[in-house]
Amino acid sequence: MAWLSKILPAVVALLLLPLPTVALDVPPATGYVVDRAGLLSPGTRLKLEQFLENFEKSDSTQLAVLTIPSLEDDALESYAIKVAETWGIGQKEKDNGALLLVAKAERKVRIEVGYGLEGRLTDLLAGRIIDYEITPRFKQGDFDGGILAGVASMAEAVRGEYQGTGRTGQKKEDNPWGILALLLFLGPGLMLLGGPSSHRRRGGFWIGGPPFGGSSSSGGGFGGFGGGGFGGGGSSGSW
Amino acid sequence: MFKRFLPLLLATLITLPALSGCGYNQIQENEEAVFAAWADVEATYQRRADLIPNLVEVVKAYAAHEKETLQAITEARAKVGQINLSAKDLADPNAIQNFQAAQGELSGALSRLLVVAENYPDLKANQNFLDLQHQLEGTENRINVARQRFNETVQVFNTSIRTFPNSLTNNWLLKLDRKEPFKAEAGAAVAPKVQF
Repeated sequence: MAWLSKILPAVVALLLLPLPTVALDVPPATGYVVDRAGLLSPGTRLKLEQFLENFEKSDSTQLAVLTIPSLEDDALESYAIKVAETWGIGQKEKDNGALLLVAKAERKVRIEVGYGLEGRLTDLLAGRIIDYEITPRFKQGDFDGGILAGVASMAEAVRGEYQGTGRTGQKKEDNPWGILALLLFLGPGLMLLGGPSSHRRRGGFWIGGPPFGGSSSSGGGFGGFGGGGFGGGGSSGSW
Repeated sequence: MFKRFLPLLLATLITLPALSGCGYNQIQENEEAVFAAWADVEATYQRRADLIPNLVEVVKAYAAHEKETLQAITEARAKVGQINLSAKDLADPNAIQNFQAAQGELSGALSRLLVVAENYPDLKANQNFLDLQHQLEGTENRINVARQRFNETVQVFNTSIRTFPNSLTNNWLLKLDRKEPFKAEAGAAVAPKVQF
């Protein structure tokens, strides 16, 4: 068995080899704000995270910010939609997500708008936000202020759409009750069917499931994006 | 009574899985996806065509004597409006090519107009013009995305009617033609020259 553990890393390495050749890959979505280029101060980042989390709770709309050091010869527009689609910003079926992408080396900004927000955050509005809120501040080197103002204006622009159907606020509160109801109805049946082993199986039901009381809805935190779709709406600019 | 229905029941039980296993439904689904993607392509092009009259109006106010450029764009737009592709035409390489050529002409006229606009500082500073420019940029980007997605669905569809056993199903039952994807625009590989 020892030979296996020697060979295994080599095999795994071989399998992974072709992956890094892809042009410019999408960083993992670790939060609403992914600051790869290091443009934001820690305080601003935290403030933004908090704001965007609350915004998702109240409006269900998901806004995300990504800054990258360089586009590495990728086109801004195609990279923006790649990120937005890979992350799946916005709720599935509603497609109410938008991404603010900043490429530091190329001095380019793009707001990518999901299908569901195109009616409010139009290309025109996105363009104005870039022209009047973001790039003037970027020109003065004020990245914190530019991104904050940009996100705030984006939030204002989309406000009202899909209100009161916050995923984070609703789904996680509903879930425990759903499972409880299911157990109440199916539990006895499962026990009868499963015989002696049913006890263990019932225990397995709870692994990874949300705890009772739904602390996640009060504590919160970034829970991943919802899988919204994008069609190339939005606007680009440079500073 | 039961004996009369037994063969029928057996036949249904055998043919139903066979039908879904041979790709009959899959081919249909893929074709519908192509149609849906095409509708998006048309919608985005339409969106562009709708913006052009406004653009022409704004430019006219500042650069009325650029008649040729303005006329070229109006004509190109009229031409685009005449070309209508039905779902059937998607399998016809000529139809797609004509569509693409007409849209390409409009793209050319549009970019010439924007180049001309560079000579008019008042126009460039006009809020309406700036707004239209944003909308046009957005629309061009949507067109790109829609075209790319259309090509992807076409590829899936074409593959699905050519691979075994779907190919048999298509040859015997459905008889659908392969769809035509968009080709890269002639000259798109060459970056446009900027002259000062």
